[in-house]
Amino acid sequence: MIFVCMKPFVLKIGGEAGYGIMSAGLVVAKIASRSGYYTFDYSEYPSLVRGGHNVMQVAISEGPVLAPYMHTDFLVALNQDTLHQHQHEVIGGGSILFDSAMNMSVKNVAKGVHIFDVPIHEIATRVGGSLIMKNTAALGAVLSILGGSIDDLCKMIKEEFRDKHESVSKRNIAVARAAYQYVQERHFDKLDPFLKQKRVRKEKIVVTANEAIALGSIAAGMQFAAIYPMTPTSAILHTLAPHQEKFGYIYKQPEDEISALNMAIGASFAGVRSLVATSGGGFCLMTEAYGLAGITETPVVIIEGMRGAPATGLPTWTEQGDLLFTLYAHQGDFPRIILAPGDVEESFHMTMQAFNLAEKYQTPVLLLVDKHICESHMSVEPFEYKKYSIERGNFVKTKRVNYKRYAVTASGISPRSIPGVGNHFVVNSDEHDEVGYSEESSENRIEQMNKRMRKLLTCEKEDMEKPRVYGSTKADITIISWGSNKGAILEALQHCKNVNFVHVTWMNPFPTRALNNILKKAKKVLLVECNYSGQFGKLLKEKTGFTPHDTLLKYDGRPIFPEEIIQKIQSLLDS
Amino acid sequence: MSKKKLQPKQYLTGAALSTPKPCTWCPGCGDFGIWSAFRAACMQEKWDNKNTALVAGIGCHGHIINFVKITAFEGLHGRALPVASGLKMANHDLNVFVFTGDGDSLSEGGNHFIHAARRNQNLTVILHDNALYALTTGQASPRTPKGQVTKSTPGGNIDDPLHPLRLALSAGATFLAREYSGNVESLKEIIIEANKHEGFSVIQVMQPCVSFNKVYTHRFFQENIYKLPEDYDPTDTFSAYQKTFEWDYKKIPVGILYQEKRKSYEAQLPVISKKTLVKQPVKKKTITSLYKKFI
Repeated sequence: MIFVCMKPFVLKIGGEAGYGIMSAGLVVAKIASRSGYYTFDYSEYPSLVRGGHNVMQVAISEGPVLAPYMHTDFLVALNQDTLHQHQHEVIGGGSILFDSAMNMSVKNVAKGVHIFDVPIHEIATRVGGSLIMKNTAALGAVLSILGGSIDDLCKMIKEEFRDKHESVSKRNIAVARAAYQYVQERHFDKLDPFLKQKRVRKEKIVVTANEAIALGSIAAGMQFAAIYPMTPTSAILHTLAPHQEKFGYIYKQPEDEISALNMAIGASFAGVRSLVATSGGGFCLMTEAYGLAGITETPVVIIEGMRGAPATGLPTWTEQGDLLFTLYAHQGDFPRIILAPGDVEESFHMTMQAFNLAEKYQTPVLLLVDKHICESHMSVEPFEYKKYSIERGNFVKTKRVNYKRYAVTASGISPRSIPGVGNHFVVNSDEHDEVGYSEESSENRIEQMNKRMRKLLTCEKEDMEKPRVYGSTKADITIISWGSNKGAILEALQHCKNVNFVHVTWMNPFPTRALNNILKKAKKVLLVECNYSGQFGKLLKEKTGFTPHDTLLKYDGRPIFPEEIIQKIQSLLDS
Repeated sequence: MSKKKLQPKQYLTGAALSTPKPCTWCPGCGDFGIWSAFRAACMQEKWDNKNTALVAGIGCHGHIINFVKITAFEGLHGRALPVASGLKMANHDLNVFVFTGDGDSLSEGGNHFIHAARRNQNLTVILHDNALYALTTGQASPRTPKGQVTKSTPGGNIDDPLHPLRLALSAGATFLAREYSGNVESLKEIIIEANKHEGFSVIQVMQPCVSFNKVYTHRFFQENIYKLPEDYDPTDTFSAYQKTFEWDYKKIPVGILYQEKRKSYEAQLPVISKKTLVKQPVKKKTITSLYKKFI
């Protein structure tokens, strides 16, 4: 047996946009997490506010769950469209809950699927007085079927509507309880106490990479963030904006992304830790200031959350198509550090690390994430960062005789000073001499270019991390991948023997030597990534000369699922 | 004896502001007047590396950062304002001067100009207006008059020019002035006033390009500007708006056209109400209190 079945329980809730589908899914995830389970949720939605089809899946498991799956154990359909699109995904022994007050029909489902008819619409309007409470009614019914805690749900409703009139939470609670009771009475013979509270419950948080990045920024002492709203990273600004006074930072919504990065550079020039976040389209506008940060040696952290591209592309779907863009964006050469975290945990820690790297190397540090991890919640234990210390690098805060901002050094790192302390220097986008005055001589150009680029060599020696290898060193198949594919691959690994996985997080500088060592021992290498042209494969080829034996590329806007990886491995083993 | 006693008390001298870099503007360039006026203002007001920073865009104007010994950031074409805004938000104790050109701030950086004015960022913008692109050897700019022949408009410019002060006024700037670069003493006073003003200050400096602009010459401005009368009331928005329409022979007003008392952007940021951002130490933060939302 190659495959061992240990899949998580997958609940999928779908309905019309504007009816709180996503928040209902998140409530299920939080209740499961509070009850002692691990969760991973994944949402699909079109780029509009009302009327389209929204669907969210919550994978629930006893142990950590790292990716969404293709199958569904429990489908909650608030409209007919959800049934049309997803009822075939429900596996035998699974369940479908549908709104019996909505004239919906369930057809063509697998054998042994339990059907729960619940008049959601009717309960919401009769008990709550509003259709908008449909999602609350659905939640009451879901918890009733799965044996989840209705008290937890009522508590969460109170928390959610804390700022609203008391009657709002009261009516919602009444709706939840009514739906819960309805199911207890009508479907008492089909209930499965799957979500019953576990005795030992570790404290966990249910967060997305967007939220982890925002939290990591705050923890790392970020002081200035300029973020223009753009899917899929807007939640970073939503998380940052409310806490400015408490944590002592400024969040500014600028007029465009050009301004965003220039503002962050200006703030960093003044001496504060600065951040910007955007998606590929916004980063197109930032490319100009990306190189400005490079030549002026101004530290800045850039978050780039990829989505289906080019142009407006697939605004609310995922892709990993900006790797080569961020690696080569802007004219000419300048040192850039590019990191690609693979999950919530890595997003948090690499954000914190990015602030230190940016200040140490006085250069832009870019974190490459994607819609999939930016917007998928994962339950994790609260972040542990005791070992982290803020390192501001070679920072001159007092007046110094004969101070030179761009002094040529062996490491490439020069002493950075700030306006107001009495040192005179020019931070110059023109090629400049050691003080910063514009200087176009041949000797100076070579010296300054070499100095800047030397920082990457220093970084390679002092900070670059080796790729992590998961699974046995002796494997028949080695998967090489990066970014958000990590979760699905690790899930797949649990179902396969003799397969290991190389997870690369440093895109620039690149761990060439470490990868050469790993790859020369590998029997058969499979490249997995979510873009059309195999961009990481190209980078790997450029740096190591190595070509993977096979590739699994996906570019339909959906993340790669564990099942797809398992299937690919099976076909490789069969061939 | 200690050397300290022998040193003169710290008065800023011209020498203290000088850099080793030779000036690269064309002989007769209007930028010399701006340079002189700015240096004179620095000396009078003791603006130095402890209290002042400069931000410049790209164009002939931007070279000024090589000739004034005050810490400066020379950024990208059109992007001086966002850099200056970030700088000022992070350290509002600094006097921040933005040197920009008409192409820099009105064409490439038009969006930033409007929004920095709207936010009333506490910055002093010195707009070197030579009504064309000089560093790229003489193409039309948003300030080039209709009909003017330039390298990019060989048949005569068919675009109408932009009026930066009218634009700034309607966008929300709270201090507007105009001066001819040859009036060094008056320009110096205006620069000082603009810096004292809390909010977004724009000084349009008519700066003849002797190499490429044969229309807006020194002589043209010397003959056609007039000083706003003593009894002119710069707090009246409507008369200021009317003044921005005056651009005729013998009828180009110079002086402070508009001044309004309104809170600057920086004054409305609670985080920096007591201390500048840069003076608040960078610390590792405990985020446990933020977890509540995620449980």
